[in-house]
Amino acid sequence: MASVAARAPVVPRPAEPLSGRILRVLGKAPVHLFLAVIGLLWLIPTLGLLFTSLLSASDLGGGGWWQILSKPSAATWQNYDALLSNEQITDSLLTTLQVAIGSTVLPIFIAALAAYAFAWLEFPGRDWLFIVVIALLVVPLQMALIPIFSLYNTLGIFDTVLSLILFHTAFGLPFAIFLLRNFFIGIPKDILESARIDGASEFRIFFRLILPLGLPAIASLAIFQFLWTWNDLLVALTFGRDTKPITVAIFNQLTEFGSNIEIIAPASFISLALPIVVFFAFQRYFVQGLLAGSVK
Amino acid sequence: MAAVAFEDVSKVYADGTTAVSGLDLEIRDSEFMVLVGPSGCGKTTALRMAAGLEEISSGAVRIGERVVNHVPSRDRDIAMVFQSYALYPHLSVYENIAFGLRVKKVKKDELDRRILEAARILDLEPFLKRKPRALSGGQRQRVAMGRAIVRQPQAFLMDEPLSNLDAKLRVQMRGEISRIQRNLRVTTLYVTHDQVEAMTMGDRVAVMRKGELQQVASPQELYDRPVNLFVAGFIGSPAMNLLEATVARTNGGLSAQAGSQSIVLDEGVLSARPGLAAYEGRPVILGIRPEDLEDTALAGDTPSDRRLRGTVELREALGSELIVHLAVDARPAVTEDVRELAEDTDAVVVQELEEGPARATVVGRFGARSKVQEGETVEVSVDTRALHFFDPDSGAGIYESDTTKGVTR
Repeated sequence: MASVAARAPVVPRPAEPLSGRILRVLGKAPVHLFLAVIGLLWLIPTLGLLFTSLLSASDLGGGGWWQILSKPSAATWQNYDALLSNEQITDSLLTTLQVAIGSTVLPIFIAALAAYAFAWLEFPGRDWLFIVVIALLVVPLQMALIPIFSLYNTLGIFDTVLSLILFHTAFGLPFAIFLLRNFFIGIPKDILESARIDGASEFRIFFRLILPLGLPAIASLAIFQFLWTWNDLLVALTFGRDTKPITVAIFNQLTEFGSNIEIIAPASFISLALPIVVFFAFQRYFVQGLLAGSVK
Repeated sequence: MAAVAFEDVSKVYADGTTAVSGLDLEIRDSEFMVLVGPSGCGKTTALRMAAGLEEISSGAVRIGERVVNHVPSRDRDIAMVFQSYALYPHLSVYENIAFGLRVKKVKKDELDRRILEAARILDLEPFLKRKPRALSGGQRQRVAMGRAIVRQPQAFLMDEPLSNLDAKLRVQMRGEISRIQRNLRVTTLYVTHDQVEAMTMGDRVAVMRKGELQQVASPQELYDRPVNLFVAGFIGSPAMNLLEATVARTNGGLSAQAGSQSIVLDEGVLSARPGLAAYEGRPVILGIRPEDLEDTALAGDTPSDRRLRGTVELREALGSELIVHLAVDARPAVTEDVRELAEDTDAVVVQELEEGPARATVVGRFGARSKVQEGETVEVSVDTRALHFFDPDSGAGIYESDTTKGVTR
C-alpha cells in the first residue's frame, strides 16, 4: 500500500530565491498600500467613538476625540465603569443579547428544516410553496406593525423579549429559507442517497449531514440576522415599553438628557463591538471547500 | 445474504421515456452479477430501483423472499458503492465507515471491532483519523467499499465504482473487489460500461441495451455464444469483425462467401451450429474475432480455403502482440448500431453505408513475431472453429436449427 500512500497530496513548495521573494512583495506593494489606506479611512469614525468613550466629559470639553492624541494620559475607563453600574444600560444590553440570540437561532433552525424539505424531500406543491416563500421576501415589515401590535395585545405578550424574537423570526424566515435551500441543493445528492441506504432517517440526515455541511451558509446567515436584530430600533420601539434593547436605551439617553456623551459613547461602542466579535467567531466557517473530498 | 430478483421490471419516467423495459433477472445468493451496457442503456436505473432510489413503474424487485417495491432504501438492508464514492466530507474515515453501524445502534466494542476488521481488509488502518479530502482517489474508493462491507448487508450494489480511478489503480481495485466479494460471499450487483470489468469480475454478466436485457451468461459463454450482433460487438476488444457473407455450396461442402473471400465451413462448425445449414444460398453476417486471425506465416500450414487476403493499412505493435488493420475485399456488415451511430452524425455516411464500400476493414490480432508491413498484401489464417454467424434481418446468432428464423419458414 506504500504506493497508494505515496499519492497523498503533499505538494512541497519549491524554494524561492530571496531576490524573487522581494520582487514579488514589491510588485504587490501599491495594491496593499492602497487597501491599507482605505481600511484606515474606514476605521477613523470607529476609533473616534472609542477615543471619545475613553475621555471624561470635562476633558472632552467642547473639543473632539482627537484631543486624546495630544494628551494620552487623559484616557480613562471611568465612563465604562459608570456604564456598567448603570442598571438601565446593563439591562438593555442583556435584553438585546436575548433578543438577538433568540432571533438568530430560532429562525435559522426553522429555516434549515424548511430548506431541507424544499431542497430534498418530495411532496406535492413543493415548488409552488417555495415560490410563495420567495414572494414573502418583498413584504415590508412596516405593513405588519399594527396587526401584530393588536395580536400581541390579544395574546398578552406585548412588551416581552419573546414578542420581539417572534417578530424578527417571522420576517427573517423567508430570506433564511431562500438562502439555505439554495445552499442545501448544492450538496451532492449521492451523499444523501448513500446515507439513506446506510439506514439513516431523515432527521439523522438533517442533524448529522445537512447541518454540518451547511455550516458556511448557516454562519453567514447567522451574522446577517444577528447584526440586523442587534441594531434594530423600529421593531424594538414598537413592541417594547419596558423591554428596551440597547438601541432604544441609547436613543432614550439622547432625548431625555440632551447630549449625554459620556454614556452614549461607551454604550454605542459596546453595541458595535459585540457584532464584530460575533463576526470573527463565525468567520472561519466561511472557508470554502468544506465539501472537498466527498465526491470524486 | 440473499438473492436479488427483478421480475418484469420497467421504468417509465414522467416524460414518457422508458429507461428499463420488462427486465427479468435473478442474481443468485452470493453471486457476483455484472450489469453491462453502453451509456443510457438503463443499467444504472435498474440498480437504483434495486436500491430504492428510483421508483419502480411496474413489475417487482425481490430481495430474498421479500418484494421491496415499497420498502424505503433504509429498510432494504443493502449497501451501495457510488461512482462518486459519496463520502461524508466532514467525518473522518473511521466515522464514515461507522455511519451505517451507528444508525443501527451497534455496541461500541462491536462497532470498533468491525471497523478495524474492514480497515484491515482494505489496508485503511493508517488513515482512519483522516478526512476524505486528505485521501487519494484509490483510498477514497476503499473507504466507500469499507462503508459497504462493514454493514454486512444482504446485497452489495455498485454503480461504476472504479470509473473515477486511473487505469493502473482500476486494474488493482478490480482484483481487490473480486477478492473481497469472494471472501465475504455477499450477493453483488455491479454496474459498469466497461466490458473488461464485466468479463473479469462477474460470475455472470447481463448485457443491456436500450433498457432491454440482451443476454445473461457466464463471461466465457457471452464471448463464445453471443445471442445477437449487439452482444457480439460489445464483448471483446478489439471488437468482432462483421462481414456480409453468403452461405454457398462449393465442392460438396458449405462455405461462407464474403466478397472475393471464401472460407470453408467444416463439420465442426456445422455441428456446433445446426441452424446454419438452412441458410444455404442466403445471406448471413459473418463474425470473426480479431484473436481468431493470425498471420499465415506464423500459423503454419493453413489450407487456402481457410484464409483471408487483405492489404495491411495499419500496424499497431503492442509488444506482446500486433494489432493489424487489413483492407479486405468484402462488404462490412451494416448493423443497426452502426447505422444509428452514423445517423446521429451524418446522412451522407448512412448512404455510403447502405451502398457499401466493397472493402471492409478487418482487425486481426497477430503474434508479436509477425513481420507484416503496412501496404503489404498478406494471407491471414482464420480459425474456422471460432466463426460466428448472425441472421442479417434479426441480428440473432445462428445456433440451433429450431431457434433460427430461417428454418421455421
